[in-house]
Amino acid sequence: MLSYTLKRLMSAVPTVFIIVTLTFFLIRLAPGGPFDLERPLDPLILANLNRAYNLDASLWSQYLTYLGNLLQGDLGPSFTRRDFSVNDLFAVGLPVSILLGSLALSLAAVLGTFFGAWAALRQNSAVDYAVVGVATFGITTPTFVVAPLLSLFFGVVLGWLPAGGWSQANPIYWVLPVVTLALPQVAIIARLVRGATIEALRSNHVRTARAYGLPTRVVVGVHALRAAMLPAVSYLGPTAAGLLTGSVVIETIFGIPGIGRYFVQGALGRDYTLVMGTVVVIAVFIVLFNLLVDLIYAWLDPRVRFD
Amino acid sequence: MTIKPDPTEALPAGEAQGRSLWQDAWLRLRRNRAAVASMIVLAVLTLIGAFGPMIWPHPYDRVYQQFVRVPASLEAYPREEAVLPAFERLLTRARVDHGEPELSGSEISVGLTSDEAIDPRILRYFQRSDLFFAPALDLADDGLTGTLTARVERLHFYLGTDAIGRDMAARIMIGVRISLSIGILASVMALLLGVTYGAVSGYLGGKVDNVMMRVVDILYSLPFIFFVILLVVFFGRSLVIIFIAIGATEWLDMARIVRGQTLSLKRQEFVQAAEAMGATKAGILFRHIIPNTLGPVVVFVTLLVPKAILLESLLSFLGLGVQDPLTSLGLLISEGAANMRGALWLLIWPAATLTLILFALNFLGDGLRDSLDPKDR
Repeated sequence: MLSYTLKRLMSAVPTVFIIVTLTFFLIRLAPGGPFDLERPLDPLILANLNRAYNLDASLWSQYLTYLGNLLQGDLGPSFTRRDFSVNDLFAVGLPVSILLGSLALSLAAVLGTFFGAWAALRQNSAVDYAVVGVATFGITTPTFVVAPLLSLFFGVVLGWLPAGGWSQANPIYWVLPVVTLALPQVAIIARLVRGATIEALRSNHVRTARAYGLPTRVVVGVHALRAAMLPAVSYLGPTAAGLLTGSVVIETIFGIPGIGRYFVQGALGRDYTLVMGTVVVIAVFIVLFNLLVDLIYAWLDPRVRFD
Repeated sequence: MTIKPDPTEALPAGEAQGRSLWQDAWLRLRRNRAAVASMIVLAVLTLIGAFGPMIWPHPYDRVYQQFVRVPASLEAYPREEAVLPAFERLLTRARVDHGEPELSGSEISVGLTSDEAIDPRILRYFQRSDLFFAPALDLADDGLTGTLTARVERLHFYLGTDAIGRDMAARIMIGVRISLSIGILASVMALLLGVTYGAVSGYLGGKVDNVMMRVVDILYSLPFIFFVILLVVFFGRSLVIIFIAIGATEWLDMARIVRGQTLSLKRQEFVQAAEAMGATKAGILFRHIIPNTLGPVVVFVTLLVPKAILLESLLSFLGLGVQDPLTSLGLLISEGAANMRGALWLLIWPAATLTLILFALNFLGDGLRDSLDPKDR
């Protein structure tokens, strides 16, 4: 399994490399630059800035410099946030995003599996219809509708929770963002698990387990759910990468200092290194979680083997 | 050589006719109540989006400065009790002695008296007002007394007005039009790209397939918003760019689905038969393979339309989408979220409309999947 993991990690290197290259040249192709202001800068100052940020070198040598720095873990200085390097920005923002994302992810996995399995066990009952209805609602209502409504209701009308803002030390600030992030995922996972559980309950190995006279608790908890988790697990891989690298909507609405905003802000402000940094982080997370999904898959489904 | 009988003539009347996959699916879809209700809702919303703005009394970009953020109401604006005070305020500003103003229907009139000749220029105060129209001054010969008449225009804002005084109902209609058309156009775009790419990749197979699918894998790991921002930055913010951008990022799943279908289809006898008869590769692809992949593709498209609408809303929410005064549901929602304290309806109406559309599309997609699924007969 270790050699499989290593092999997978090695094969991810070219993918990340291609993504980095593509992004680097695409963002440079975009018209405008990081120092284009409403009032144009003095040409001398602009030339000095370009020299300071190595923008006057040829694109090719800039690319090689960037790759070299990247290999040493240096994401470069931010172009629009003076005095900050991209590493500094991520050192502050990434823990916040990861904290929120992992809480939301755990909440979504636990609640989604629970409700999905519950609905499947009581198929075509009131519980089932309620879960499916609420889940459809959760999938179709966009985050940027839910977030302001929750913030208004719990933050302003009831006054139970802070309507926005962030404090790493005070978990009460975490509640609304985590719940908002988790809601659509709970809905999707519940639907996936429900469908898969219904299928698993009809499958041969579950019928065999029943025929052995195993208690329902074991049949469902061990044999059926194990198979039913598979689609949810493969869905969770890319989703986890997305959740952990921050959500621009949540961060904007609740005013959270995560890294989700950096991508949009960086691309709009032509902050080349910031955009590149975000893309690299997202790509690495996607690669890691796809690997993790494959490992969990093999653990859940013994038919899958590493080869 | 035998003559193949025409199947429609060969069957005597009354005998059972074979049903095609599509007829069968249609029959089963009609039995699904949620799907039928969704189709009706979508049809109504499409009609509203297409024709509503043409027949609605308020243009979507007309600003009513005196009615900013008025709540939704079935009663007309200005309120009955607000007309006379507003009229008297204007009279005070005009500095004329006046009797009791009388309001009958939409006509308002007041008797004026003065020690000096009444200056007809006082009419300007009324002409400038947004509440009163066609003011007229009927002066006696000596110019000391007269009657001032004006008309009050009554406006209905059934869904209220937004933060700068535009009719919400008209804006939601335009929003529905823009959101639905972006959803449909982007899906058509993704459909054309994804089906062609997937079918070509699957049918050619081998190295070509490998390279083409690697490209898809790489595009998968690039964040979607990146493309959109780049496209928007390159070509400016226009509707066409938005739907191209969404379509260009949503074809990847389609390509995978179609490729998978094609891989299994190309080994079947009818394809081999076509090859044996010397049909060209392109001919086989477009005559035989693509039509046979359409079942799953249709289901996927119904689920793609809500996805595209959501993406467009997200873009508009980030300020990268449709630009004011044109609007989409996403933009309306983001404006509503900014104004929700004290004007909650600005968020509620567009959010409810968007949720309704997405709900209907999801139910329709589920219904289509159930009715097209051959396992489920």
